[in-house]
Parts: sequence; structure tokens; C-alpha cells
Amino acid sequence: MVTINGKQEQAAGMSILAYLQSAGYSPDKVVVERNLEIIPRDRLGAVVLEDGDSVEVLRFVGGG
Amino acid sequence: MWEEAEERKMDITREELDRAFDERFPAEIREKLRNGRVAIAGLGGLGSNIAVSLARSGVGHLLLVDFDVVDVTNLNRQMYMIPHLGMPKTEALREILAQINPWLDVRTEQVRVTPENVRELFSGWTVVCEAFDRADQKAMLVSSLLAQCPDTIVVSGNGMAGLGDANLIQTRQQMRRLYVCGDGMTEISPGVGLMAPRVAICAGHQANKVLQLITGQRTNSRDL
Repeated sequence: MVTINGKQEQAAGMSILAYLQSAGYSPDKVVVERNLEIIPRDRLGAVVLEDGDSVEVLRFVGGG
Repeated sequence: MWEEAEERKMDITREELDRAFDERFPAEIREKLRNGRVAIAGLGGLGSNIAVSLARSGVGHLLLVDFDVVDVTNLNRQMYMIPHLGMPKTEALREILAQINPWLDVRTEQVRVTPENVRELFSGWTVVCEAFDRADQKAMLVSSLLAQCPDTIVVSGNGMAGLGDANLIQTRQQMRRLYVCGDGMTEISPGVGLMAPRVAICAGHQANKVLQLITGQRTNSRDL
């Protein structure tokens, strides 16, 4: 199990990019932190989630 | 207009302006603010309001970053006025800040921020305010800052469009070095634009968090 934004999710084995797409996030509009490390946009497809990972996904909306 | 302001600047001394600071705050707070170093990325509704608040609060060192020029569509919520139309926002805001406090150290960079120049632009700035308007640009900047500038704290604006309740706009610590202000959800979309009050409220949240960080206050129950 992977903890994502405080909830337990069956996401182990998926890349972060695949998880984001399956959960309906737009990968260009989020900041992702895995185990307290920021994962840059160009590495989201390469980093695979593992059992016990803790992930924060922050979604941005337009306006400023 | 600016020439007149420039002349009148000499009617007030730095000491007078210093004394005008609310003296109910201890001198130590004023000193921390005077030594504060804050960068503002994006000088639109959020950024121009944040800059004015920080200048009025006596934050001594400001870096203003934006590639754009002042447009008529900015006047509904940004600090600029009709004489600024067509000027680079960096220069227009520098003029506005100089009329509030001509003795602040205000630096400007008229560039577009990319992951490639984030480190060079913002390294050495204790606090960076993310004040862009596009969601993908916000995410790019926050992600790049947190990954590339390990000593920098980021204060970001997220969700202030529309006419929803002002009270929905809040400040939260979302990550170890990231505070996010806004309602977190209301975005610009067809039929939903930006209005001066909610944008200014969000900018006020960001500026207030900056002042707390500079002066060492930790009062937010939502802090990690």
C-alpha cells in the first residue's frame, strides 16, 4: 500500500505519472513529494511507487 | 506624475519614515524586517499586492521577477495605474514601491522563469512568493524551487478566482518548506474570473505568512 495525501491506495508498482493519470490529475499542474523528496515533472514517469511510500500530491489551479 | 513624486520624496527623511513605523512593535521586529530578503515571482494581482504589503511593512530587500508589461486588463486587480500601461511590470512596481518607501533595496529581473534559471534567480533568497497565474507555471516554479533551492521557503497562492466566500481563503503548511494560501480549488475558467478583493485577500495571506517567517512567529494552527 502507498499512502497518498493521507489515504491508503493500491498504487505500488505504478509510476507516479501513471498513478496521477489514473486518479485524474493533470501531471503538469501538480507538485509531487515522495518520502519528503520533490519529484520533478520530467521524472514522474521514471519513479515507480513502492509499498510503504508516502506521497503528497498538491494540485494547482489557475489565477493570480 | 512621477516627477512630482520624485521631488516630494525629498520632503521626507529616512528617519521620519522609520519613526512612522508602528512603534508598538519592538525594535527587534523592525530590525528583522529590515534585514528580510523576499523574492516575488510573478507581479500580477498576487505579486503586486504582496510587494506593496511587504514594502509598507518595511521588508528591506525585495526581488521582483516578471517578464510581462502592464496591460489594461490588469487594472481590475493589480496595483498598477493608467500611467503604467505598456511599462514592464518590474519597472512599474519599482516606481510604486519607491513612492511608499524610497529607501528599500528593490531589485528586478525582467525574465521568464524556467526550471533552468530558478537556481540562479532565487538562490540566496530566504523566502520566495509564488505569484504566477497559470496552474502549470505555479507547479513548475514550486517544484523547481523546492528541488533546487534547499534553503528557501516557498509561499504560494492557489485558488482565489470567482466570488466565493472570503473566509474560504486560508494559509496551510503543505510541505516542510511550502506554505499555500488560497481556497485550493476555485480556478479561472469560462464565466469565472478574478476580482480585486479575493486576489488581495490571498495576497494578504501570503504577505502575512512572509512576515511571520521573517520575524519568527509560528502562530498558524495548520502548520506541520
